[in-house]
Amino acid sequence: MSLAPETGLDTAKGAAPAADADLPLLRVSGLSKFYGDRVGCRDVSLAVWPGEVLAIAGESGSGKTTLLNCLATRLTPTSGVVEYRMRDGSVRDLYRLSEAEQRLLMRTDWGFVHQNPIDGLRMNVSAGANVGERLMAVGARHYGKLRSEAERWLERVEIPASRIDDDPRAFSGGMRQRLQIARNLVTGPRLIFMDEPTGGLDVSVQARLLDLLRQLVADLGLAVVIVTHDLAVARLLSHRMMVMKGGEVIEEGLTDRILDDPREPYTQLLVSSILQV
Amino acid sequence: MISAAYNFAYLDEQTKRMIRRAILKAVAIPGYQVPFASREMPMPYGWGTGGVQVTAAVLGPDDVLKVIDQGADDTTNAVAIRGFFEKTARVRTTTATAEATVIQTRHRIPEEPLTAGQILVYQVPIPEPLRFLEPRETETRKMHALTEYGLMHVKLYEDIARHGHIATTYAYPVHVAGRYVMDPSPIPKFDNPKMNDCEALQLFGAGREKRIYAIPPHTEVVSLDFEDHPFRVQEFAEPCALCGSTGVYLDEVILDDRGGRMFVCSDTDYCTSHRPSGPDDQSAAEWENAR
Repeated sequence: MSLAPETGLDTAKGAAPAADADLPLLRVSGLSKFYGDRVGCRDVSLAVWPGEVLAIAGESGSGKTTLLNCLATRLTPTSGVVEYRMRDGSVRDLYRLSEAEQRLLMRTDWGFVHQNPIDGLRMNVSAGANVGERLMAVGARHYGKLRSEAERWLERVEIPASRIDDDPRAFSGGMRQRLQIARNLVTGPRLIFMDEPTGGLDVSVQARLLDLLRQLVADLGLAVVIVTHDLAVARLLSHRMMVMKGGEVIEEGLTDRILDDPREPYTQLLVSSILQV
Repeated sequence: MISAAYNFAYLDEQTKRMIRRAILKAVAIPGYQVPFASREMPMPYGWGTGGVQVTAAVLGPDDVLKVIDQGADDTTNAVAIRGFFEKTARVRTTTATAEATVIQTRHRIPEEPLTAGQILVYQVPIPEPLRFLEPRETETRKMHALTEYGLMHVKLYEDIARHGHIATTYAYPVHVAGRYVMDPSPIPKFDNPKMNDCEALQLFGAGREKRIYAIPPHTEVVSLDFEDHPFRVQEFAEPCALCGSTGVYLDEVILDDRGGRMFVCSDTDYCTSHRPSGPDDQSAAEWENAR
């Protein structure tokens, strides 16, 4: 994939909603996670505004997935505060929420897209049930409505509605990933966490998925925290990015600035290691 | 005599006390699965080890015991368990539903309405209604604790998507007292409405899975469904071929290898007490032959 500066991101970037756009949705300060003596991530602070895509880049083992899991309440941090602005406008410390509240947040206002769709899908029920699960979890009890909603979302992620009763097992890798995205978006979340969403897909499927993601993010005004080792993905999707090394954030700023004019020697190394075709 | 060597109802008093504590807790929290230290019983798992332990714990010397297996009093499982308690507890046994004070059942609720003071003990193979969708026990416990029951409807959704209607016909999940979702054991969904507001105490024992749960008398039990696919019980086109009853659960009996069949009550006690004519009746002869 080319890393040319003119990637047509302007449309996506201009789509942040006006209301409350000046207040961050997620604010993290001094977050650290230690695995015994080893460092997962150390002293990370960040903020994500509504409608903004933040990429966390870095090599394997740099702590990006640890950081993402700490943000998404999937892993309890050793220290630090993660605050989230709820739909009613109140700012809550995520690790002071009850488990019930955390899980409710997780399946209504948030989404989590796993690298491997098998982790994020229910493989033994149909595509329609996968999409409808979150709706049923929040109390939808009308089969006909659930089904038409599932059809709508499948078409939105470019899966033919005729495949609604097929198991995800019968889907290709790219379709599974798109199904996982539909399943996450069905409750109208405001914040999506993505862990290498294009990992393991071939290049042409990757390109289509990125295109779809960019469109959905722009249309729905989603805030996204995306973890990737692929700088091209960061370039295409994100507004801002952070570069991590050894568990610490070494550089952050606008994506185009970092990729075109990296300051830190490590970032320079990272950017220059991209294979050119 | 061998039975003299056993304590009353086979289990020792400490074990029965432990089981009774679990039962009390289960009655206090309708539909909640209480773990208990299930014992090895002199029968294989899957033959009612859970039900037998619950029965042993609630049985007193004056009780009258009835045991049914798929509605029948005369199948192997029912005869064996009845014989077991005749030998180890020397209680009176019966096949008449109205006479019994304790009824142990596998896969049916008797047709005759149960009355206050009776105890219905179910044999349960898999107590966890969410198990086939969520294999992790830690996760299902959490889902019960947080009342996260959306997954149960995912199963019903799958049924409609595949078959056009809710095709679950037995072990149909119920919502107990507005709190816990419960597996009623593999009874036909035909019997689900009988659990609601039942006068008798209903106890469920799962021996292998080491769980006891209960529905106290007069508890609200609602079968799960969708607004546009409401819960419905099975309906039968013909009455019972032996006693002519309608509105009862029927078993299909194959009579020969030329497609001959008849539908008869699965509840044998109900059927015999409702038969209009004697055993020289034509269908009854066919029935006897079929067996």
